[in-house]
Amino acid sequence: MSRPTPLRDVHEALGATLTDFAGWLMPLRYGSESAEHNAVRQAAGLFDLSHMGEIFVTGPQAAEALDYALVGHLSALATGRARYTMIVDERGGVLDDLIVYRLGDEEFMVVANASNYPKVDAELKNRAKSYDAVVEDRSEQYALIAVQGPRAQEILATLTDADLAGLKYYAGLPGVVDGRQALIARTGYTGEDGFELFVANEDAVPLWHALTSAGAPYGIKPAGLSSRDTLRLEAGMPLYGNELSAELTPFDAGLGRVVKFDKPGDFVGRSALEAVKDTAPARRLVGLVARGRRVPRHGYPVTKDGAVVGEVTSGAPSQTLGKPIALAYVDTGVSEGLAVDIRGSQEPVDLVELPFYRRNK
Amino acid sequence: MSNIPDDLSYTKEHEWVAGIDDGITVTIGITAFAAEALGDVVFVQLPDAGSVIEAGDSVGEVESTKSVSEIYSPVGGEVVEINQALVDDPSLANSDPYGDGWMFRVRVDGDPKDLLTPEEYTALTSGDS
Repeated sequence: MSRPTPLRDVHEALGATLTDFAGWLMPLRYGSESAEHNAVRQAAGLFDLSHMGEIFVTGPQAAEALDYALVGHLSALATGRARYTMIVDERGGVLDDLIVYRLGDEEFMVVANASNYPKVDAELKNRAKSYDAVVEDRSEQYALIAVQGPRAQEILATLTDADLAGLKYYAGLPGVVDGRQALIARTGYTGEDGFELFVANEDAVPLWHALTSAGAPYGIKPAGLSSRDTLRLEAGMPLYGNELSAELTPFDAGLGRVVKFDKPGDFVGRSALEAVKDTAPARRLVGLVARGRRVPRHGYPVTKDGAVVGEVTSGAPSQTLGKPIALAYVDTGVSEGLAVDIRGSQEPVDLVELPFYRRNK
Repeated sequence: MSNIPDDLSYTKEHEWVAGIDDGITVTIGITAFAAEALGDVVFVQLPDAGSVIEAGDSVGEVESTKSVSEIYSPVGGEVVEINQALVDDPSLANSDPYGDGWMFRVRVDGDPKDLLTPEEYTALTSGDS
């Protein structure tokens, strides 16, 4: 049985198509996923992301413990700021990609993917053993609601006195939203401006309704995981299990910049990653745009003159481009004359720079 | 609950068939249930007009944001017409599955394969909706 989020009844009342995702019963879409996608690009979308994991690391050596446990330099993070980072194994393989928020000198919140957070929690506990720090999985206590899109700030501003205009991208601060305590973070996974609100489970339903009402004049729509996937794909953002896995290092995924070799001390995976950091991987992650209308999908071979030169990791019709797009691992050095084998038919694709979509700032 | 018109025949693959009673030319499309399950349809590939197909053949595909499904013809015969408007605007499969979203017409040759009555199709779709 899939676990429901605190918003399950709300989703059902909205007529959502529910789906199992990483053991959670989540809204796939409420109506047309294309309309939800476009609402986020043009106005705002409201997402239930309560399946994400929230792991707290606290104590005098919380920062040092995270410097050792993760590839990022978290002790250098200022309070109130957030960082995209990863946890890898001894071989440098990616166990999860994470956003870490520094809530205080001795308090961090690690946000992990739904499919991975029990593993991340166990790894963090293990890696923090010799540090004066406590690792606690509080995922069960928190709901996460995201408001994403160009109108997100205006909508949220009607419900809080927090200084949203002063809140930078990848920053988070505690605040009060509609009378409820929340961690207000300017983060997201859509390629748009927006906020993620971490709240106690019991506040999720009233906050959802408050955001729905406040957003109505701005055209807010509830948005499901289907549109979340096409939004992140257009923004060129990796999804664990598709673009990222324990078989790949951050360098394989073109995300070597998240590995901070210049931080003090050792960290898990350092020696393995040092060994590969200057070597071009056999395949690199690229963007593909289909010339036709058939959609390259996860697992389809990328070919050149009939030979397999790569594999699609994610693909979908792009609302913004009006064409199918895909992320794929393709042999280094190969960029012309590519096709995707779509159920036996070689459909031509063009290799493009990522991301497919970048918002106007 | 999806709309299931009572003057059509249905298949287990969630297609509808119109005009089966006169036994000459039938029209085939996907049901509202199928369209809702697929989500936004973005691409439809139909058989070529003039081609001869067998009942049970895979004759095309319907692709949505999240998935792709094959179209199985419930009847054999010659494809006499395809809905070019649907090819040009696949969202018609969502907005009007029993009307402007029709897929293709076949001049029937032989017996249709395992068609369901509206009552049987209602039972089928209420079991897994």
